[in-house]
Amino acid sequence: MARTIFEKSRAGRRGYRFSGEPAPAPSGIPDSYLRKQAAGLPEVSEPEVMRHYVALSTLNHHVDKDLYPLGSCTMKYNPKLNEDVAAIKGFAGLHPEQRDDDTQGALEVIHLLEEKLCAITGMDRFTLSAAAGAHGELLGMLLAKKYFVDRKQNRRKVLVPDSAHGTNPASAHLVGFQNQALPSGENGEVDLDVLNRNLDDETAVFMLTVPNTLGIFESRIGEIIELVHAKGALCYLDGANLNALLGWARPGDMGFDIIHVNLHKTFSTPHGGGGPGSGPVGVKEALAPLLPEPRVRRENGRYVLAADGAESVGAIHSFYGNFGIYLRALSYIIRHGGDGLRRISAAANLNANYVAHALDGLYPIPHGKRCMHEFVASGEPFKKYGVRTLDIAKRLMDFGFHAPTVYFPLIVPEALMIEPTETESKETLDRFIDAMRQIAKEAAENPELLQTAPHNTPVRRLDEVTANRKPILTAPLEDSTG
Amino acid sequence: MPYLYHTDEDRKQMLGELGIDSEERLFDQIPEEFLITEPLPVGEGLSEFDTLRQFETLAQKNTPAGDMVSFLGGGVYDHIVPSIIKHLSGRSEFYTAYTPYQAEVSQGTLQVVFEYQSLIARLTGLPVANASMYDGATAFAEAATMATRITRRRVLLCAENISPRYRKVLKTYTNGQDVVLESVPMTSRGDVDADALRSRLSQEVAAVLIQTPNYFGVLECPWEYREAIKETGALLVASVDPMSLSLLRTPGEYNADIAVGEGQGLGNDLNFGGPLLGFMACRMEYLRSLPGRLVSETKDVDGRRAYVLTLQTREQHIRREKATSNICTNQGLMALRATIYLSLLGKTGFRELGKICHEKACRLSQMITGCDGFRLRFSGPFFREFVVRCPVDAETIIAKARDKGILAGIPLTKYFGADYRNDLLVAVTEKRTDADFEKLREVLETV
Repeated sequence: MARTIFEKSRAGRRGYRFSGEPAPAPSGIPDSYLRKQAAGLPEVSEPEVMRHYVALSTLNHHVDKDLYPLGSCTMKYNPKLNEDVAAIKGFAGLHPEQRDDDTQGALEVIHLLEEKLCAITGMDRFTLSAAAGAHGELLGMLLAKKYFVDRKQNRRKVLVPDSAHGTNPASAHLVGFQNQALPSGENGEVDLDVLNRNLDDETAVFMLTVPNTLGIFESRIGEIIELVHAKGALCYLDGANLNALLGWARPGDMGFDIIHVNLHKTFSTPHGGGGPGSGPVGVKEALAPLLPEPRVRRENGRYVLAADGAESVGAIHSFYGNFGIYLRALSYIIRHGGDGLRRISAAANLNANYVAHALDGLYPIPHGKRCMHEFVASGEPFKKYGVRTLDIAKRLMDFGFHAPTVYFPLIVPEALMIEPTETESKETLDRFIDAMRQIAKEAAENPELLQTAPHNTPVRRLDEVTANRKPILTAPLEDSTG
Repeated sequence: MPYLYHTDEDRKQMLGELGIDSEERLFDQIPEEFLITEPLPVGEGLSEFDTLRQFETLAQKNTPAGDMVSFLGGGVYDHIVPSIIKHLSGRSEFYTAYTPYQAEVSQGTLQVVFEYQSLIARLTGLPVANASMYDGATAFAEAATMATRITRRRVLLCAENISPRYRKVLKTYTNGQDVVLESVPMTSRGDVDADALRSRLSQEVAAVLIQTPNYFGVLECPWEYREAIKETGALLVASVDPMSLSLLRTPGEYNADIAVGEGQGLGNDLNFGGPLLGFMACRMEYLRSLPGRLVSETKDVDGRRAYVLTLQTREQHIRREKATSNICTNQGLMALRATIYLSLLGKTGFRELGKICHEKACRLSQMITGCDGFRLRFSGPFFREFVVRCPVDAETIIAKARDKGILAGIPLTKYFGADYRNDLLVAVTEKRTDADFEKLREVLETV
């Protein structure tokens, strides 16, 4: 495998030189404050750094290479225009402590994006500062908590369907709420009787994902939200799956009180190999006074960054959140316009249904093959050959595809959660379908091929057990003494 | 449509496979009362060129610090971003990849995170670092709540000279929890008052939270009260400026339990304060309480060295509400940039950078205090940022300087009240030149 950057280090090599004479030893700092040894950074030249990271990059699967059918992750094409927009010096070179007079364009960007997200989702107010989806959920829970504390109501319970993303219960727990998981109904939707039985005067929030993680729209969403509101509780939408609804339906119209959206899913900003993301939070008017800073207001034809009001939950980020991501998302929205956004969801749903239809039978889809933007199939039939869903996922990599999300949601055994997104052509989908069919055949004829897959990837299956038991989390220090 | 493929023929064929005649039918599951038919009121779509032009027009309404002589810091610093960083982090292979859950096709990202963890460990002198946090403020807040989980205690002693923005986020994060925040005062040197700190220590204290250099740029000497903290069973959490660790004693050297900080300066643009890069490192004994992702070296079935996400049972997707945090997506691409940056500067270059920043800061502070009526507010040592007490309201200086294309610093009164009306927080990076200093002097001398 590739050597680490530390193993390439040779004493005396330099990758970067600053202008001017070498600086003298630090004169203004007493000895007791100084580190005894220089930090053990590698010593490599610039071309070496370039080659090292280019070589590493080639080991990754990525959206610009081929299909990334990860359910609930919306791995769509990241338009290159967005990158150019974010790199404009007038944005990238702004310091967050500059005065409003110097940042009018940036404040307008924030204001515009908030406005457009309100229009897209039907919510009354948006705040952008959450740096990721889970961060948005945390903010949503803080808002709910404060909403009830301010009203002197002691509500401590949060209801979450058993099909929910793991971040939902984790976020609720962080602000001190108690979670209660609700078993989904036979059809994969919320069971109204179960919901009714669990709703009480202590319920603060019902957290819901729509369409849910099975790719199914809650057909009784109106009744669900009425039930929750009748008990005085709030409805929270995890907007991870908003890509199914753009221009067709709006969570605000359905009655949701708080929602978060993921700019790095629905609005095409790149995932970056694990961030930065952005998880704006939208609320109905009653919760608007609780929103955190920053608040951008338009006053007398100019934009101002207003301090948070007395009712605000406070701040959740050093400054104004992942501004560079707002630029990309706003560029995407402006580029598409209202009609374009609607076409996105139509194509996303068409692609998912097309693949579901083709795979149904070979890979059973327990909750029905009609879906929105994603569906969950099961690898159950292949267990009789000793083949698990994990093996199917790994074998897919040999065909040049990324694996779907596997073993989630937890309510489908051997789950394969597939979301092709709208930016895939019919030919790509057909290639994927062919690969899945081929794999199904191989499972019966040559299960070992799957059990030992992948075969064509930069490395093969990894020893995760030892990594868990005796993790090696850093390179040994000797590696860079060259 | 810009990024969609389907021709009318494709669409017809695909709909035909599904046995439906129109795209509308794909939305059958949505109750009619919630279906909308009018296009969203977000405007008509624009061409690529027109979209870019609209953003260029918006950008022209800004005057970025990058185009001026900037002495702004306060957590975000205007350091040089070497060219190579943009080219590498702009590679599709890195920025259009997902979180590396499928290790066999994510070795690039995984090895980068492993190298990043190693670099942060070497900077901080602590044995383990996670894959990143959202920013310095949330890393600080998560370190504080991590300490309450480890110690099962509820009092957090927080130095009053930490970033006011970090304090605000800490307050928000601890709001829902059974935690008490208490403040520790500072001395006239600008550092933590060690006697006051000692007198506040008790068996209920989960952690002492400090920042060094602190918000005023002054260096702390935690080794003076480290033992006292340890004796009560509390943890020491230090928020550190990674750039300062080019020269300064490491959290590992003064036995901090958890170190966090803001890594923006390590190869990232200013970006109006986001995306930033939070980092977190800790002692090995707290590994299983650490939030966020971790990458471990391991082997594949053929015995080749490889990397994989590990200890995921700490994380939300496995443990749900029992997780150490809800963090999922973090700041991967910023961590990549920091990794490239630290590798490029290397052992010698990074130390050299620290010396340059410090030497320039010393020179500027001497120049400023040479101007009539200007002095340093605090007497403690600093790295590359310090507080100037002006003879007049700091806002006056800022306005005069701005007229000359200079961002003189951050006015402290907005965070700390009337007693700081004349105080200006000034930061210096390697980008600033003698000519820049001269320009500032000219402004100060007209006051």
